[in-house]
Amino acid sequence: MSFFFPALVLIGVFIAFPIYTTLILSFFPEGGVGDPTLDNYATVLTHRDTLNLANFPEPPYGTLINNAIWIAIHLPLTLFTGLALAIILRGVRGASFVKSIVFIGMVTPMIVGGFILRFLYEQDVGLVPSFFEYIGVEGLATNWLARPTTLLYGLIFGSVWMWMGFSLIIYSAGLTTIPREYFEAAKIDGASSWRTFSRITFPLLKPMTLVIVTMTILWELKIFDIVIAATNASGGPGQAADVLALQMFRYFFRDGDLHRASVVATILTGLTLVALVLLVRRLVSR
Amino acid sequence: MRFPLRTVVIHIVAWTAAVVWLIPFLGVLVSSFRPSNEVLNGWWILSPLTLTLTNFVSVFFSDISPMSVGLRNSFLMVLPATVMPLVIGALAGYGFARFSWPIRDYVFLTIVLLMAVPQMMVAIPLFQIMVDLNLVNTFGALILIHMTWGLPWIILFMRNFFGTLPVEIEEAARVDGASDAKVFFRVVLPMTFPALASVFVLQFMWVWSDFFFATIFIQEPGLMMATQLIPRLALGQFQVDWGFLTAASLMVMIVPIIVYAFLQKFYVKGMIGWTLKR
Repeated sequence: MSFFFPALVLIGVFIAFPIYTTLILSFFPEGGVGDPTLDNYATVLTHRDTLNLANFPEPPYGTLINNAIWIAIHLPLTLFTGLALAIILRGVRGASFVKSIVFIGMVTPMIVGGFILRFLYEQDVGLVPSFFEYIGVEGLATNWLARPTTLLYGLIFGSVWMWMGFSLIIYSAGLTTIPREYFEAAKIDGASSWRTFSRITFPLLKPMTLVIVTMTILWELKIFDIVIAATNASGGPGQAADVLALQMFRYFFRDGDLHRASVVATILTGLTLVALVLLVRRLVSR
Repeated sequence: MRFPLRTVVIHIVAWTAAVVWLIPFLGVLVSSFRPSNEVLNGWWILSPLTLTLTNFVSVFFSDISPMSVGLRNSFLMVLPATVMPLVIGALAGYGFARFSWPIRDYVFLTIVLLMAVPQMMVAIPLFQIMVDLNLVNTFGALILIHMTWGLPWIILFMRNFFGTLPVEIEEAARVDGASDAKVFFRVVLPMTFPALASVFVLQFMWVWSDFFFATIFIQEPGLMMATQLIPRLALGQFQVDWGFLTAASLMVMIVPIIVYAFLQKFYVKGMIGWTLKR
């Protein structure tokens, strides 16, 4: 029992108890007097910070939708570019060097990453507007982070730089577990590259895909540092890049509204747990 | 000598990806060594090219938020917050792998679920706890929190690692009369060096990169972590001084990059090991 004792005490005091307290806070009104109700949830879910489709398709859409957009674009983008790169790197000289470079993005602290995105998108100073001006696409030759219509997408595309290394590393490891004979047999049978990929490679990588999808969704739900660094505590011009984690931070840290902040935190946690349940059985069973 | 078209194409694609991934870092690197007015129209324009250490010197010794202090604070906080959970997590992981008790699997499952919980879910009560313990604006608060926050994944990682070690050696030691503690410290721990190195690297990077907990628990400028100083250096200026800011960014990101460069093998093993089944 003494093996577990320090860990369980720390987890109990500094994780489990706070989770419980936040959950309780979310059900009580300011001051904590009265019966538990769902009033705070109603307030938060109907607030325009959370859901705002009044001007659709004009942004802002609210944090719930913004996180969903983040997942809808960022997840397939990082998953498939990582997979494609992992597959072609098997036949490339200097593959480990390429991987090391991609990993600079992964080991860079996200708060620094957010400033690097600002640095990339800034007018004149940044490479992105200058690049689009050079190739003659005037519409994108501006500071993406200064306009509500492009802000969120600028951050999403930019954050691929910081996360694609994950799917690359997991898929690279996964590919080494597939016996070479499978590919040789497919070649002898005259299967096309696409057929080999869709019938052999991708199905055999399913466990890795599951891990990457789960971890990436968790990453996208918890996104915080990049947004606050590249914009501000409100999620930039018109709140167009506001996300759940930032909303919670703002309610708690700036407004001191513990109850509404707890509601946002609880919703966020609920979403992450749904994502993790996909994976748990695999991790626990040996 | 001729190469097949396919080989040429995949090399071009792979090396293009490498260049694209290198460019943001290169931009930071180049700008940090040049006077700010030279990079106003783009760091890739190389004439005139003046190389200088002014940006680094002024960030390091800045009056408002000197990076020298931030980096020192970060190291003082990150090292204990990395080493302590290593020991505690390895102990618990070993316990979960080797000893069984009634509700063990439920406790373990709960701990695994805790890995998904966002920091936002614990921040409010933790702040209250730290106020009560008089730990706000001390490294102690961050050390305690990061140490605990790292435990769930470290326990999972170490449990899976211990599961791969042969039990026979430990049983032999036990037959010779060694206690559980002696078996753990003398027999098991020396075999776990690679796993501990992986845990060290990952935990170090995550704690070093933290911004959310630091922002909430450290508000005293002289005690701030290096990550907190970057937004401070960007604030309060009429216009962002990119030479200044890229130098600060480089100083904060270079630490995990160096750790990665030297301990790459363990970083990769750690990333793969706690997500994939062996």
